[in-house]
Amino acid sequence: MSTAEVEEKVKAIIVEKLGVEESEVTREASFTNDLGADSLDTVELIMEFEKAFGTEIPEDKAESITTVGEAIDFLTANAK
Amino acid sequence: MSFKRVVVTGLGSVTPIGNTVAEMWQNLLAGVSGAGPISHFDHSKHKVHFACEVKNYNPSDYFEKKEIRKLDPSVQFAKVAARECMADSGLDLDKVDRDKIGVIISSGIGGLASFEDEIGDFYASESRVPRFSPNFVPKILCNIASGHVSIDFGLRGPNFGAISACASSANAIGTAYDMIRIGRATAMVVGGTEAAITPGSIGGFGVMRALSTNNDEYQTASRAFSGSRDGFVMGEGSGCLLIEDLNHAIKRGAKIYAEIIGYGASSDSYHLTAPHPEGAGAILAMQNAIDEAGINPSDIDYINAHGTSTPMGDLCEIKAIKKVFGEHAYNLNISSTKTMTGHLLGASGALESIISVKAIQNNIVPPTINHREDDLDPNIDYKMKFTFNKAQERKIDIALSNSFGFGGQNACLVFKRYAE
Repeated sequence: MSTAEVEEKVKAIIVEKLGVEESEVTREASFTNDLGADSLDTVELIMEFEKAFGTEIPEDKAESITTVGEAIDFLTANAK
Repeated sequence: MSFKRVVVTGLGSVTPIGNTVAEMWQNLLAGVSGAGPISHFDHSKHKVHFACEVKNYNPSDYFEKKEIRKLDPSVQFAKVAARECMADSGLDLDKVDRDKIGVIISSGIGGLASFEDEIGDFYASESRVPRFSPNFVPKILCNIASGHVSIDFGLRGPNFGAISACASSANAIGTAYDMIRIGRATAMVVGGTEAAITPGSIGGFGVMRALSTNNDEYQTASRAFSGSRDGFVMGEGSGCLLIEDLNHAIKRGAKIYAEIIGYGASSDSYHLTAPHPEGAGAILAMQNAIDEAGINPSDIDYINAHGTSTPMGDLCEIKAIKKVFGEHAYNLNISSTKTMTGHLLGASGALESIISVKAIQNNIVPPTINHREDDLDPNIDYKMKFTFNKAQERKIDIALSNSFGFGGQNACLVFKRYAE
């Protein structure tokens, strides 16, 4: 899957789950600081990414994914 | 220590016959049934195909999309009812001490639909890898509606649920009333909420033979005190009241609907689900409430009965009323508004408290609908005034609301027209 495809899918999930505008979902945007996610939302986002990309995100890795860009990079490298 | 007086100053509800108190009350007086075919799930293999569902309810009218999937319907109903209640009360949150205002909104079963959905998905998955949503637990807890409402209005006083199945929200009101009486709180948002029209609930209550199976005549199936009654009709929704220290209410110039003057709670201590055959627990709860109110039984004008339309439950309640009230049992008016709303389980006590308050305010007894003149139970004394089929004007100064729950748990509340 190309970075562009991953990016599109990731952004769609974030827009859906966090109820934000697509324009807010920039690479630099932090889930908690910029997009209004609470701790439960972040867990849910990670679970959605796992489901959509057929991959498992280990917990220690999940903790380091805090921005849109970090999610896109991890999933580009690990998507099945 | 002298007890404080406690008054009702705000009302809100979401019900199968209207999503505001005004609409609900109008439909009650018109004798409208809330029953219809179940739309919430595929009921084709169930024995019961109908219930009293909340209608014309669109979550996005009240909540942002992002919020909706985190809220079980039972919590949504509570938040909507609490919003109406708070607006109705005219309470200015910036001018009161919110450390002294709490919330007790009960649910008998909690987020059952959310529970069934996620547990169902888990057992249906081949892998059985637990993939529960992080919202799963906060969606299903019985106390969580109280938590939500405290956050919605910044209320930092006592906060929990009072759980006693179908008496839950009557106990919630009684407990909060006590807190205000002793000065632990100045005001409390109280009530109940339920959204248990689910496969597990309809199946579970059905197999206990608690539910009416009168699928052909579903609109008239909830027929309390009639001969052919065969069980209750499941309802859903929420009722919320703001109750308040009288002085607090006067100081802020609140409109006062009624005063709460008595609360009685008791246990049948007999059987988990069957009522005591002589209504012993119901007698004790009614008597306790009347004694606490410091009135005579003959002062009561109207009883909003538990009246679920089960063969045994109705009979035992009538026996209990006759025992407590003696001759006056023939003078007072009784009605079962569950014949219209269905049985809102943990929310029924709060909804029926609202109805009792409205009855006092308007001097009208809402009816017990669905009774046919020839549909009599030989064990019921029809000289009593069951207010069949038509609302009745009557001066109502004092009303009693009865709630009896599985577990043999009973709670009764006495409301009185407010006078200085």
